[in-house]
Amino acid sequence: MDLSKDLVAASSTPLVLAILAEGESYGYAIIKRVAELSGGHLHWTDGMLYPVLHRLERQGYVAAKWDASESGRKRKYYRITKEGQAELAAQRQQWKAVDDTLRGIWMKECTV
Amino acid sequence: MTALSDQQLEGQIAEWRAYVRRRQALHRPDVEELEGHLRDQLAALTEAGLTGDEAFLVAVKRMGSLDELSREFARAHSERLWKQLVMAPEGEAPTQATRDELFVLFGLTFAAAVAVKLPALFGHPIEPNAEFPKFYARNASLFVFPMLTVYFLWKRGWDRVRALWFAMAFAAGAVLANVFPFASGSQTEMLTALHLPIALWLTVGFAYVGGKWFDSDGRMNFVRFSGELAIYYVLIALGGFVVTLFTFMMFRSIGMNPDWFVAGWLLPCGAAGAVLIGSWLVEAKQSVIENMAPVLTRIFTPLFTVLLLAFLATMAWTGNPINVKREVLIGFDLLLGVVVGLVLYAASARDPQAPPDFFDALQLALVVSALVVDGVALYSIVARISEFGFTPNRVAALGENIILLVNLMWSAWLYARFVSHRSSFAALERWQIAYLPVFSAWAAVVVLAFPPVFGYR
Repeated sequence: MDLSKDLVAASSTPLVLAILAEGESYGYAIIKRVAELSGGHLHWTDGMLYPVLHRLERQGYVAAKWDASESGRKRKYYRITKEGQAELAAQRQQWKAVDDTLRGIWMKECTV
Repeated sequence: MTALSDQQLEGQIAEWRAYVRRRQALHRPDVEELEGHLRDQLAALTEAGLTGDEAFLVAVKRMGSLDELSREFARAHSERLWKQLVMAPEGEAPTQATRDELFVLFGLTFAAAVAVKLPALFGHPIEPNAEFPKFYARNASLFVFPMLTVYFLWKRGWDRVRALWFAMAFAAGAVLANVFPFASGSQTEMLTALHLPIALWLTVGFAYVGGKWFDSDGRMNFVRFSGELAIYYVLIALGGFVVTLFTFMMFRSIGMNPDWFVAGWLLPCGAAGAVLIGSWLVEAKQSVIENMAPVLTRIFTPLFTVLLLAFLATMAWTGNPINVKREVLIGFDLLLGVVVGLVLYAASARDPQAPPDFFDALQLALVVSALVVDGVALYSIVARISEFGFTPNRVAALGENIILLVNLMWSAWLYARFVSHRSSFAALERWQIAYLPVFSAWAAVVVLAFPPVFGYR
């Protein structure tokens, strides 16, 4: 099952913020984590993560810094900011509202 | 993995990087970030047992379509589609070199402004209500071009011998502008004022190309620079005009008259300094912003072609001859000058390897119709030149007309050969840039020989 493009785009912000809320990370590791968490259902083209990260950085939800990786190459690490935490909380509520609504309607179907 | 396949992989990554780098919305740090991702992915894939080639294909495929990616990047950084000029490129910190350059530039701009004001100490003030002193008209280029030359010498590297040659050229210009005892209201004085900048612009050009005048692209780059500078100068002048308006409006509102400041300081110093600032902008933006001169050329070539053809058709239809008034020759000189400029700037932006297209045919039509129009005008003028007599203005205008005519005739010939696939565009380009010194040489002749020959009248 592949998610629709719109849904992938809409879920990318809370997903990335939630992963970064677990701790500082970088692009490749975030992608791996997404695949892990979704059990392969949520498929991102790798490159598309970076514009999302940059947009979040611009909005002030994440902060980035260049640092050396284990291999010695430069790597850009991202971490969530206070505003990002707040945004994540807000998004969480919104998604919960959607989830509750859908759940309500589908549970009823099941019982009928 | 063997060393050879490692090398191959590095080569593939370098190719990919160069390819990604061409995207305007992706800046260098972004590409580095993406490359880091690619390498992480490659490492994971090879560890899983794929060969270098396979891993590369998979990793690139997973990265996704670059078109889509750069579209997303552009959406995340919309300002990148508007290329920023004065800011350091790509948010990097200004280097020592750019700081040095700014320092030199501001020093030279200040020097130009001081040079403009210096003659006021020696009895050549600019006053708002008096007539504009001819001294400034004759020497205008000498306040600015030496500073510009110093700027380019500083930028391109210099030695004492070369600097001495440039100094001598400007000294000669200064002598010629000031030793002749021009009669009041003299035509040759105005001719000197108009032609000295054209003659000395070549000197600036030598400094601009940094001793590589005959190198393939040196002169063409100078042509590009000149066109862009003219455009930037006009833009800065428009801004200066707005500043002037506000100066008047605000100071008059408190009962002060800023005439003396605007006429004596703001306009002359601003006009001189703007040349240096404009030059620096052109240098700085070279690779950042699309050149404007070729764009204007594209817009105006068709318009001028239509104008010239309409003129010829109307003349043929009505049979009206050209009414040869006193200075009609100068008007047609300017027309030819514009056409030469259109040809030159079209050539400056063209890929010499590309085959002829519709625009080249249009250029040919423009040049030929300009030649016909000028031929008709010259015929009327020469037929009546005995009636006018030979004044300095007319001889200068006639000389310029002949020089431009020769340029355009040979250009038309080369264009015709090019459009009919019998010769390459490079021949036309070579002809245009080889011809450049002729304009300055003629201007030098006008400055050097006309005043004594015509008795300073």
